[in-house]
Amino acid sequence: MPKITFKIDGKQCTAEDGQNLVEAAADNHVYIPTLCHMKGEKCLGTCRVCMVKVNGKDMAGCTLSVSEGMEVTFDTPELNDKRKALIEMLFVERNHFCPSCEKSGRCDLQALAYRFKMHIPRFRYRYPFFEVYSKVDKLMLEHNRCILCQRCVEFIRDPDTNRKIFSMRNRTNKSMIQVDYRLANKMSEEQIDKAVAICPVGAIIKKGQGFDEAYGQRKYDQHPIGYEVDGGTNSK
Amino acid sequence: MAEQTASNKPVVATISLAGCFGCHMSLLDIDDRIVQFIDLFELNKSPVNDIKKFTKRAHVGLVEGGCCNDENVKVLRYFRENCDVLVSVGACAGNGGLPALRNKMPLQECLVEAYLDAPTAELGKAIIPYDEELPKLLDRVYPCHEVVKIDYYMPGCPPSAEVFWDTLTSVIKGQGFDLPVELIKYD
Ligand code: SF4
Ligand code: SF4
Repeated sequence: MPKITFKIDGKQCTAEDGQNLVEAAADNHVYIPTLCHMKGEKCLGTCRVCMVKVNGKDMAGCTLSVSEGMEVTFDTPELNDKRKALIEMLFVERNHFCPSCEKSGRCDLQALAYRFKMHIPRFRYRYPFFEVYSKVDKLMLEHNRCILCQRCVEFIRDPDTNRKIFSMRNRTNKSMIQVDYRLANKMSEEQIDKAVAICPVGAIIKKGQGFDEAYGQRKYDQHPIGYEVDGGTNSK
Repeated sequence: MAEQTASNKPVVATISLAGCFGCHMSLLDIDDRIVQFIDLFELNKSPVNDIKKFTKRAHVGLVEGGCCNDENVKVLRYFRENCDVLVSVGACAGNGGLPALRNKMPLQECLVEAYLDAPTAELGKAIIPYDEELPKLLDRVYPCHEVVKIDYYMPGCPPSAEVFWDTLTSVIKGQGFDLPVELIKYD
């Protein structure tokens, strides 16, 4: 793959031509936060937290491929505030009671809220009512915490048929994830672990597992999210 | 700003609405700095000194707890009218906290569960308390900033004594404050 140069906030970066912007930025030690994008996987473009400005337009960074001479604006007060607002919206959209959540301390949404120093969302809390779906033998779907990133929808599939195990139901603010419990009951331990791990929040919970990591040893206890990319230099 | 007080110290007021007084306990956790507190500030209306009505305008009002009844709303508005700067303290003031767990169900259901169907309710004699004197419950618990304008937030359940101290001392100096993540990390 030929190498190209592009700029993020004026900083010279090099990447492979056509490389995904979020990944190219990471290779150049710039952490562009994401909740739905996963390295090497196809882009979902659902969370929009990776918003950058290119050619004067706000765009989801994970949907872009870098090209020679591209100029990307990322770390500005305006864009940081927009990103923060998106995180805040996710908090008011459902019911996030972190102290009672199995994912706390290793949750990407929570970690980003800390990184953005969110104190209180600027939007009204919706306090919607969702029941926990627990029909599947080995896992639970805690709709109160789902951010509808659709990682589970795309990346967890029945190995025999390649059919989706998780899928989307309804539209607008009634959208929710549903699970095919027959296929879900066939999931292997590894696949369940993967589903729990790729869910950025505590919406997919393995039954009988719960709070299995000690406080202080959880993923984001030592370092903020994105630390492995930028070493904590860029606080946004 | 409020008119200069006789003692010339900034005036602070505090209140607990639909909270558990944990935030107030945490304020008292400033330990020996309580002596400095007395030197630096004058405490007006507060459960700590039991002053019931503002006797002068406060520079800073600290509000613990959200609004779960009409009385809370009245008191919160009273604070807003009498404080230059209003700080929303803790999870309950900020997002309703534990009391807001009831927001997901109708009020009637909560009352029936608590008073009529409770295991300790006396069969046939249990009633849902109702009296003119009792504050009326709101349909749901509201964070303070959904009722009045809030100037600053102190996250935490409860915010630690450090957060209280940093916030009070910087707000009084007219500075904004930037709480490090370690101080606002509660999970
Ligand atoms: S999913 Fe994350 S943000 Fe939501 S309650 Fe759990 S830890 Fe908190
Ligand atoms: S359950 Fe988890 S992975 Fe699936 S859409 Fe919701 S947040 Fe994303």
